[in-house]
Amino acid sequence: MRGLAVFISDIRNCKSKEAEIKRINKELANIRSKFKGDKALDGYSKKKYVCKLLFIFLLGHDIDFGHMEAVNLLSSNKYTEKQIGYLFISVLVNSNSELIRLINNAIKNDLSSRNPTFMCLALHCIANVGSREMAEAFAGEIPRILVAGDTMDSVKQSAALCLLRLYKTSPDLVLMGEWTSRVVHLLNDQHMGVVTAAISLITCLSQKNPDEFKTCVSLAVSRLSRIVSSASTDLQDYTYYFVPAPWLSCKLLRLLQCYPPPEDGAVKGRLVECLETILNKAQEPPKSKKVQHSNAKNAILFEAISLIIHYDSEPNLLVRACNQLGQFLQHRETNLRYLALESMCTLASSEFSHEAVKTHIETVINALKTERDVSVRQRAADLLYAMCDRSNAKQIVAEMLSYLETADYSIREEMVLKVAILAEKYAVDYSWYVDTILNLIRIAGDYVSEEVWYRVIQIVINRDDVQGYAAKTVFEALQAPACHENMVKVGGYILGEFGNLIAGDPRSSPLVQFNLLHSKFHLCSVPTRALLLSAYIKFINLFPETKSTIQEVLRSDSQIRNSDVELQQRAVEYLKLSSIASTDVLATVLEEMPPFPERESSILAKLKKKKGPGAVSVNELEEGKREGGELNGGGERGGDSSAIASTPSPSADLLGLRAGPPVTAAAPSAGSLLVDVFSEAGVNDDGFLRFVCKNNGVLFENQLLQIGIKSEYRQNLGRMYLFYGNKTSVQFVTFTTTVTCPGDTLVLEPLIEGGAQVQQVINIECLTDFSDAPLLNIKFRYGGALQNLTLKLPVTINKFFQPTEMASHDFFQRWKQLSLPQQEAQKIFKANHAMDTEVLKAKLLGLGMALLENVDPNPENFVCAGVIQTKAQQVGSLLRLEPNAQAQMYRLTVRSSKDTVSKRLCELLAEQF
Amino acid sequence: MQFMLLFSRQGKLRLQKWYVPLSDTQKKKISREVIQIVLARKPKMCSFLEWRDLKIVYKRYASLYFCCAVEDQENELITLEIIHRYVELLDKYFGSVCELDIIFNFEKAYYILDEFILGGEAQETSKKNVLKAIEQADMLQEEAETPRSVLEEIGLT
Repeated sequence: MRGLAVFISDIRNCKSKEAEIKRINKELANIRSKFKGDKALDGYSKKKYVCKLLFIFLLGHDIDFGHMEAVNLLSSNKYTEKQIGYLFISVLVNSNSELIRLINNAIKNDLSSRNPTFMCLALHCIANVGSREMAEAFAGEIPRILVAGDTMDSVKQSAALCLLRLYKTSPDLVLMGEWTSRVVHLLNDQHMGVVTAAISLITCLSQKNPDEFKTCVSLAVSRLSRIVSSASTDLQDYTYYFVPAPWLSCKLLRLLQCYPPPEDGAVKGRLVECLETILNKAQEPPKSKKVQHSNAKNAILFEAISLIIHYDSEPNLLVRACNQLGQFLQHRETNLRYLALESMCTLASSEFSHEAVKTHIETVINALKTERDVSVRQRAADLLYAMCDRSNAKQIVAEMLSYLETADYSIREEMVLKVAILAEKYAVDYSWYVDTILNLIRIAGDYVSEEVWYRVIQIVINRDDVQGYAAKTVFEALQAPACHENMVKVGGYILGEFGNLIAGDPRSSPLVQFNLLHSKFHLCSVPTRALLLSAYIKFINLFPETKSTIQEVLRSDSQIRNSDVELQQRAVEYLKLSSIASTDVLATVLEEMPPFPERESSILAKLKKKKGPGAVSVNELEEGKREGGELNGGGERGGDSSAIASTPSPSADLLGLRAGPPVTAAAPSAGSLLVDVFSEAGVNDDGFLRFVCKNNGVLFENQLLQIGIKSEYRQNLGRMYLFYGNKTSVQFVTFTTTVTCPGDTLVLEPLIEGGAQVQQVINIECLTDFSDAPLLNIKFRYGGALQNLTLKLPVTINKFFQPTEMASHDFFQRWKQLSLPQQEAQKIFKANHAMDTEVLKAKLLGLGMALLENVDPNPENFVCAGVIQTKAQQVGSLLRLEPNAQAQMYRLTVRSSKDTVSKRLCELLAEQF
Repeated sequence: MQFMLLFSRQGKLRLQKWYVPLSDTQKKKISREVIQIVLARKPKMCSFLEWRDLKIVYKRYASLYFCCAVEDQENELITLEIIHRYVELLDKYFGSVCELDIIFNFEKAYYILDEFILGGEAQETSKKNVLKAIEQADMLQEEAETPRSVLEEIGLT
């Protein structure tokens, strides 16, 4: 296409953006006139112009015509014209339904053409566009093409990945059903390309339906074993730089990570052999000096290590993996060092390899100091955090602190949180903890969030053995001419509480302390000044001799007439308090702060949040809790005990504390009985309907796990607390939860916060009305078996009701206004429970509407009114429930301004009475 | 894989392939952001970086950067070799490929990519098989190609 080449040259020769735009506009005008012209264009010209349009689009300009011409090209019988047409469609899909219909028609023709090149083009187009309309049209047809005996290999490959794309966009439309076993058997196909393509599809399907696809495990193992044991020349063109089929090997290892270790001993033995061979090969001298050789080989190695970590049951392999990664830590390739650090992070959390990882501490510390690439240093910091335990905490914290002085700004906040968490988790002596946090403030004060300095104060207040030391240390820290405002806050608070503990020393006499604090006052922001004023009044109580000095300060115009209302009020009130209250009253009012209720460190939650939403490992959180509890003096769990009120006693020991026996060793005989507890696929919604009229209770319970719920709603927002209780005596491993939302009508923000128990908080926002509840998926491993459970979260549309009180007249007037047939939903149903008026009332109130008294002429009937608050709109709803005691029946009528809402409310309520 | 971008040292996008549905504005924003991050990296740095909840894997070949965004659990090294295999395919097809080949024959670059990777996953990793498919298509093209008018010959239409 000369014309195209000339046009591209022209564009490249443009000296300025303006010239380019001018040239493009000229071309667009030309093409437009050709397309509009009377003369019918031949296929070749059409192809050329469509291609030019595509080029213009790819330069970043908008294209608003030419789609029709591109669609026309699809039905050309000249291959290259068809090809350009498909390329244009793939790049510039337009959701114009008319066009999609035409495109689908063309695709349909090509799919049935039996010409493999045309079929592949059509399949590529579907895979590139992947729209729902296409899924509707072709999701039924493609599996047939994929498994048919007479389909060419290249077409099979395209069909497999095409189906994968459709499954990702519209899983509900891709039903494998009868094809499942034939698809799984593609793993045995003679053509390596077919296996490579099919395995991506199988992996994705296995993640969603592990049970249906579990036969793939043994097939994958034998395929892997054949590849691993083959000589580098056996697989011809599938050998890449002397490595046999690296892509396929990685994908096989990834597929196996969807499953627990094979139960069949022979299969498992074969797999372990493969993994050993892969580890052995890493020690062999390279067959080529090319980086591609080592990359391909190591890609397989890292994938194998991921599988070993996933199984977390072969101590020997775990330790070997760790040693191998240890070698990489000092490799000259930055990429390998990066990956080794990353991979070791997960090894550090396995009890089998934790100790082995720890032996590399010096290398990792060295990496933190010397790596030139910030992303590698970040990995090193992550690994230090992961390998930290009581034995090396002091060393690691010290190294992290010294790294902080020069750390990149982008990672300082996270580093600060990590140091704060480690210091708290592994503090044996609290003076070390106090020193560490004060150092943290000194070195990186700007990055110390409120959570961190609140926490140090909580801990100092709760531990009387550290208070004197803390007072002395902050006093010294405040001597520095320039100290961070966070230091002033901590100093003000601690001296205000415990300044008396160091007042005996003339160098830190009460007045010296006060003058030191007050010398910082003018440099501080309003909240810090407010805190200091409170410290001053505390001083008056602690040290009566400072009273006159402090009163004078409070009385000065800059305090008592301060333009900031908060400061002025404090000054006025504190001055008055100190003048009129007797010493006794003052002592009572300004008594030392009582210990804080023992609670979870909020810092950990913050770190989790920084890591972003999505699946969060509760396991790690749990560990934090255990250690935190110890630091806080163990024992009492005050504060949040209400959190477990809804989950009865056995689960007080949530998720099996690590104090219990080690995991696998302890997967006891009882464990094997219970392994399949969750094996029934599909969504478990037994508990769901019980929550329509109530917000708290037990959502789910079986032999292993109990899940309690507390929730609260306001307007269109809600917050749900989920409490996970482990009923067994052993630990659940890799406990993860994911929340998915059908249709995206609700926004869920899963984040895990550390309460006194393992709880998860979900923030909910109702965007528009909805029928399908969000789903909660829980995965964890128990006794080596993967447990997978999906529950409907009891979030129903009625949770967003605002009750509306109204008089009888108003009610019936509105009732009449909502008289369109679709606005009303009605159900007549049999009573499932006793027809007790009080119970009915309680349920209707629980529904969230206002229960209107004296509205319905028949006193037996109940009427309610409320407005559903969604982000998009408000939906007014009225309800009438007519019990018929004689027939033991109810008639329920719901009217609301939106038909879907009436219908949904009626469905939900019909199950409640 | 979620997307693949080819861009020059000057930050000009030469090829873009998206395997997840995104609006044009989002695509532009993401490309700008990723190009900026990758261009700012120094030569000896590692080829992987975390970006949003994805991993960026990139490699520079002469004046062109090849850059893939993959999901968190994907294997970085094998992605790096995906890039290399694609470069090999282009190289073999064009005969020591350069940036200009990709600019002037962008549609070919897309066809080769589609034969190699489909829907974000490797479809055919054998170099021979991919090139065979492309060459077959080219044969069809040559049969169809007939001389055009004089104007076309000098590239004026």
